[in-house]
Amino acid sequence: MRSDWRIVMFALVGAAVLFTAPLWTGAFGVYLLMQMMLLCIFALGFNLLLGYTGLLSFGQAGFFAVGAYVCALILLKAPSLLLGIAGGIVAAGLVALVLGYLSVKLTEIYFSMLTLSFGMMIHSLVWRWRDVTGGDDGLTGIPRAPLQLPGVSIDLSRLSSYYYFMLVATVLAVWVMHRIVRSPLGLTFQAIRDSAVRAEFVGISIRRFRLWAFVIAGLYAGLAGAMVAPLERTITPTYAHWVASAEPVLAALIGGLYVFAGPIVGAVLFIGIKEIVVRATDHWMLVMGAVVIAIVLGFRGGVLGTILRWTERGEEGKP
Amino acid sequence: MESYLYQGLVGLTYSMYLWLLAAGLTIAFGVLGVLNFSHGALFMLGAYLAFTIYGVFGINFWLAVLISALGVALVGAVMERFFFRHIYRLELPFQLLLTYGLVLVIDDVVKIIWGGAFLVPPIPPLLDGAVPLFGRPFPVYNLFILAVGVLVGVLIWLLFDKTWWGKMVRAAAWSREMGATLGMNVPRVFTLVFMFAAALAALGGALSIPMRPVSPGLGIAMIVQAFIVTVIGGLGNLQGAFLGAIIVGMLTTYSTMLFPLFELFLPYVLMAAVLILRPQGLLGGR
Repeated sequence: MRSDWRIVMFALVGAAVLFTAPLWTGAFGVYLLMQMMLLCIFALGFNLLLGYTGLLSFGQAGFFAVGAYVCALILLKAPSLLLGIAGGIVAAGLVALVLGYLSVKLTEIYFSMLTLSFGMMIHSLVWRWRDVTGGDDGLTGIPRAPLQLPGVSIDLSRLSSYYYFMLVATVLAVWVMHRIVRSPLGLTFQAIRDSAVRAEFVGISIRRFRLWAFVIAGLYAGLAGAMVAPLERTITPTYAHWVASAEPVLAALIGGLYVFAGPIVGAVLFIGIKEIVVRATDHWMLVMGAVVIAIVLGFRGGVLGTILRWTERGEEGKP
Repeated sequence: MESYLYQGLVGLTYSMYLWLLAAGLTIAFGVLGVLNFSHGALFMLGAYLAFTIYGVFGINFWLAVLISALGVALVGAVMERFFFRHIYRLELPFQLLLTYGLVLVIDDVVKIIWGGAFLVPPIPPLLDGAVPLFGRPFPVYNLFILAVGVLVGVLIWLLFDKTWWGKMVRAAAWSREMGATLGMNVPRVFTLVFMFAAALAALGGALSIPMRPVSPGLGIAMIVQAFIVTVIGGLGNLQGAFLGAIIVGMLTTYSTMLFPLFELFLPYVLMAAVLILRPQGLLGGR
């Protein structure tokens, strides 16, 4: 196992950098870090489905959008941040439960196509249900409501205060996911990924566990979506489009599908590469496309998986 | 009643574009086993090439369509030879992601070359004008598209079912090893098949330019339509793709007319319903 001092050092340095970030970087740097955290949560949930359970969903943006719109609608009516975020997560989880129930009967390309169509249904619903969602104009003026805890109300209207809220949420989300994949539940997911037939023979109800993974991925997408609403203060149907569903897929691929921290590293790299390339040229898609192609053709373990293999410290699952 | 029939013909025209698009996707999937996200990008590339040759340089429309189909077939050859060839044995997520990476590259290259504007060239003079049908003038160009769609369908059927080449392709699709044992150059067959699929996409794109503007978002919009069509008919099934194209074209046209609020929504409902109730598609065998 890798519970040695290097991991502890990495974690300490990372925590120090993240907790002091608003002190040494400007509003833009903080905003960039927040983008990375959102994609990190989104991709971490997604990868429980792909990397740990073997199901490629192309509709995760739908759950992200459910989280974002429900949170926004709550905040526009009742300005309490926790209420909004909890509402977004629960709504996304419920939608994932229903759609997941229908989806996990299928696998491979059929599962990908079904999730794609569900995601696009949510997209067209958001696009056309103008009375509630504002149609293609989206919802605007979403308040960055105060965080009301028993006895205190913390003002989060400043970007740096909201940053700390998101940081705590992200750390919690990563910790919970880490617990999940090390639990019997997580091991069951990996057993299903490695061989559905064998898993069934030892008495695992494959569909039920796939549904679990689907719902957890939906909850994570919902959390990321719910947190985006008060951050951006404006949300539009593009959040639900299948092109948005590709982002967590690419982040997980770049970081590494079969390593726990893959999606985290991938989210940082995805947002980082995009930012650097956009500064130099308009053509970040070209660069991202080339990166994706290179990874598929040569480095399927992703950046982290490849590094781990080079240093012969790979511990988890498949090559 | 007459307006319903008229709209039906308009819908069928749209169906024929979907068919040209879905035919190539189906052939590539059926033979190579890869669902190609970048097929919509090839459609778009065909549209841009034809637009440039016909709309900018003013060269004959038919020549423009032909050159664009051949040009995109060459792009397809490069794609198959240098990218697809390496992923046939990989797991599904990696296959899909490679083709998605190609979408990002092609879309951006198109933006670099042609910019982000919407471009609309005029209808070629030979096919301009309209004939009265069901009490209203129906564009001659639409009739032409209907004819092309049917013609391409018949040609594909003859090619795959009646020729030696078609038999070879079906054998290679059925078993690569068997094909190779019988002395076929299977990699070359796959390259040719992918070129053919790419040319079909480009043909659809090139023929679409007099009717709908060309813009960098075209590929992304079209590929999802192609997925809907092929899933409904049955992935990898050519007759299914034709049927699916007709269903989606009609559904889109009539729902735009009757309940425009759900026009975007309904095709996805149909796609999901087919996947849940009959994942192999309406005409799928297995």
